[in-house]
Amino acid sequence: MAIWLTEKSRVVVQGMTGAEGLKHTRRMLAAGTDVAGGVNPRKAGTLVQVKDTSLPVFASVGEAVKETGADVSVIFVPPAHTKSAVLEAVDAEIPLAVVITEGVPVLDTATVWARARNSATRIIGPNCPGLISPGRANAGIIPSDITGAGPIGLVSKSGTLTYQLMHELRDIGFSTCVGIGGDPIIGTTHIDCLAAFEADPATKAIVLIGEIGGDAEERAAAFIASHVTKPVVGYIAGFTAPPGKTMGHAGAIVSGSSGTAEAKKAALEAAGVRVGRTPSETARLMRAVIGSL
Amino acid sequence: MDLYEHQAMRLFAAHQVPVPAGDVAASPSAAAAIAARIGRPTVIKAQVKAGGRGKAGGVRLAPSPEAASALAGEILGMEIKGHRVRQVLVAEASDIVEEYYLAFLIDRADRGILAMFSASGGMDIEQVPASAIVRTPIDPAAGLPPEAFPEALQPVAAKLWEVFVASDATLVEVNPLIVDRSGKVLAVDGKVTLDDNAFFRQDLSDYSTEAEDPLEQRAAALGLNYVKLDGTVGIIGNGAGLVMSTLDVVAGAGARPANFLDIGGGAGAQVMADALSVVLEDPAVKSVLVNVFGGITACDAVATGIIQALELLGDAVTRPIVVRLDGNNAAAGRSLLAEAAHPMVEQVDTMDGAAARAAGLGA
Repeated sequence: MAIWLTEKSRVVVQGMTGAEGLKHTRRMLAAGTDVAGGVNPRKAGTLVQVKDTSLPVFASVGEAVKETGADVSVIFVPPAHTKSAVLEAVDAEIPLAVVITEGVPVLDTATVWARARNSATRIIGPNCPGLISPGRANAGIIPSDITGAGPIGLVSKSGTLTYQLMHELRDIGFSTCVGIGGDPIIGTTHIDCLAAFEADPATKAIVLIGEIGGDAEERAAAFIASHVTKPVVGYIAGFTAPPGKTMGHAGAIVSGSSGTAEAKKAALEAAGVRVGRTPSETARLMRAVIGSL
Repeated sequence: MDLYEHQAMRLFAAHQVPVPAGDVAASPSAAAAIAARIGRPTVIKAQVKAGGRGKAGGVRLAPSPEAASALAGEILGMEIKGHRVRQVLVAEASDIVEEYYLAFLIDRADRGILAMFSASGGMDIEQVPASAIVRTPIDPAAGLPPEAFPEALQPVAAKLWEVFVASDATLVEVNPLIVDRSGKVLAVDGKVTLDDNAFFRQDLSDYSTEAEDPLEQRAAALGLNYVKLDGTVGIIGNGAGLVMSTLDVVAGAGARPANFLDIGGGAGAQVMADALSVVLEDPAVKSVLVNVFGGITACDAVATGIIQALELLGDAVTRPIVVRLDGNNAAAGRSLLAEAAHPMVEQVDTMDGAAARAAGLGA
């Protein structure tokens, strides 16, 4: 098993005909993902050749779902059009919409979330690398050749730190790795992932990667204390970030005294989470956890 | 991007939010002229993007144009929380009868927009007890619910909400929003943060989007994601999380990072050359750490980029550069750099080891 994305998932790609969309569609197919087609109203009815696969382009997500039974959409459309693309996926009631696009105005994401919060669709992102269930399927831009299937579940605000941890623990492997993104408003939180990993029989231990800004990690710590029985190892980035400066990710900012790395680390440790000082130490902590299972 | 108070006031006025008469001045004589034009007592307010101006003596009452000139002379050039005061806002003083707090902001926890209102205006909202603050979630598609604000303030609240939406703000805060002796509602202070992600659809011609720091200005012109810090080890990496992590690991090794610089995924030789040139332009930098984890980008491509960047920079490479390459095709990347054998470049295979080495060279 894995969470949200398995070998049975059927993927459509919104923005497949763009350069990024095409490149990553090729990579997702190469990883064994069942990609059913793309969505682009201006190119509907055409076929796109991606290596050995000929993929149909549909006019809408609704049509793609109806024609192919797709249950995942991966979204690569530019920021100015992301809001309408995600709303289209939500209106089509597709179970999972993975929004890779970076640079989406936060008011647009807030508008999308107001509509999506009680919908049938789980949104991951925006500004995220997507998720991968190694050996099963890949929905997004996480490299699929770092590691294979295994017992670790990973949730992270950061793409490269996800890759780094996957690499360091590549001999053990992962059930699912979810990059939830670094924007101030995101569709899937650490807590959503923790709950899903807790319920997933294939996941034996969890890596949680956070960074400065907001209080998602503090809330995740409270959730771990009351709802998670599986061991969790944590890592927080941004101890040296000065207040008031955005550090790359739109949501990575210490505002006054809130959103600091110290507060997040302390909250996680109070919930019994072992927190590494560096990514490598975090990997060593997880290795010890797996060894003791 | 945070706006200066005077920019926020102008934005408010453009949306028919009532604000005191006033203008911005960069000299005592200009401040006196504005005060004379207003013809009533004024408040001279330091224009800095930092809180605590009042406590620092950056907000003073001027009964006359002469006093406005004198006070502007005192406030201009002051340093408040590390920010030099270059301009003052000269605004008509108000006869305050009631003071309120009103804000619209992004509520990350609830993943939406929050309206905040309090009858305890004029003080730091973090000092106001939670019971004295009305918090109302806003669905941007539905607009303002009537229970968010008292009826008398709803017209001005609606206009401030219009400011929030129309300018793609992530924060519109008025503290205080006042009622004066004549019963008039006025926004006498304003804090506005605009969403950088929405700049593509906003007219920013009224604002300078330039960073104050010259290195940040140059990096922005090159399209680099750079933040100047106060240490001595220059940092270049790929991915915001990894770069933040690199700063922390360098700090843990006993040195202070000189900057944050994320070159992103798939960066080519030119981006690496730009990144190295900006970091080396900082006279405080004693060593540089390039920390790259090859995900989609292969490390041999990154190594080629570094080698080409070193050629482009030539003699400008005057301080040692520690490089750590790991991940996709790391072995090929490392041997390319080893073959190039640049005298200023040293490789360390692990992130912790590379950070320790760069810290040792640059502390």
